[in-house]
Amino acid sequence: MEAQAVFDMLKGKFGDAVVELQGEGYSPAFVVVAPAAVKEVARFLRDDPALAFDSLMCLSGVDYKDRFAVAYHLHSLKHRHAVGVKAFLPRENPSLPTVDGVWPAANFQEREAFDLFGIVFTGSKDLRRILLPEDWEGHPLRKDYKYPESYHGIKV
Amino acid sequence: MSNDPAHGKPPAGGAPAVPPPLGPEAHVLVGSGDLFVNWARKSSLWYLLFATACCGIELMQAGASRYDLDRFGAVFRATPRQSDLMLVAGTITHKMAERVKRLYDQMPEPKYVIAMGSCANTGGPFYKDSYCVVKGVDLIIPVDVYIPGCPPRPEALIDGIMKLQKIIMQKKNFGAKA
Repeated sequence: MEAQAVFDMLKGKFGDAVVELQGEGYSPAFVVVAPAAVKEVARFLRDDPALAFDSLMCLSGVDYKDRFAVAYHLHSLKHRHAVGVKAFLPRENPSLPTVDGVWPAANFQEREAFDLFGIVFTGSKDLRRILLPEDWEGHPLRKDYKYPESYHGIKV
Repeated sequence: MSNDPAHGKPPAGGAPAVPPPLGPEAHVLVGSGDLFVNWARKSSLWYLLFATACCGIELMQAGASRYDLDRFGAVFRATPRQSDLMLVAGTITHKMAERVKRLYDQMPEPKYVIAMGSCANTGGPFYKDSYCVVKGVDLIIPVDVYIPGCPPRPEALIDGIMKLQKIIMQKKNFGAKA
């Protein structure tokens, strides 16, 4: 199924929660959705037999300087088609619902986005730092991250 | 005790005791204690089985049959308690740094450290703009030999071990302490 058809299906189902389609120059094409609707959209994408996106290939955090985004790369092993879903978040207190109940693999990748970008996934079953030490301060992949002078007495 | 009368008590007659003569079966080696101890230490450099990145692959290669580190008496040990040498093979992150320090502290004296590869020497490709990589393992533990390379070939690693052997041979173990 083409991205445009996926977008039309989602638009018909969720209305204003589906914002736009980023088709030109994007591979795969991204359906931009409102952050609050991410979980319902994800469940629909997985469960609808015509879509059947059963694999979350990648979940990434992105820093666009003026705002954050979370990008989901989806793939269907059954239909062999792929689509991206993107949700833009404000810079202040970025948060959106978790999708680890839809694709269990999302948990580690959400933890990574939380660790490095500080994006909070509400309702997550286990949202802890995954790469950095527990007592690390700040989220290093943010564009405005300030490096610490030292960590536990070792120069950074 | 043998039946050799020379090993028995001196005769009761009061003749002075003489040391037993050294026969052809007696062996006496005269030499430097330092030389002996250092030779023993340099010939049994047991290194800790520990690697954190791609340098570890070269370390395995150097330990395998083609380059055969065993012929220097260097074999790996899976516990720091039995190790003399820590080969820091790979990138050390700040999260790993405390573990490296703890492993080093668990090794018995005398202990030596070889920093293998650019990451362990200076942070290597992560020197600039990395928040998570320690810029050289010498910020955590003392280093005896630095081996450059990214990663160093097994020949370079063997050269580093031979350099460390030369350092060990220069140690003074029995001299008066300053």
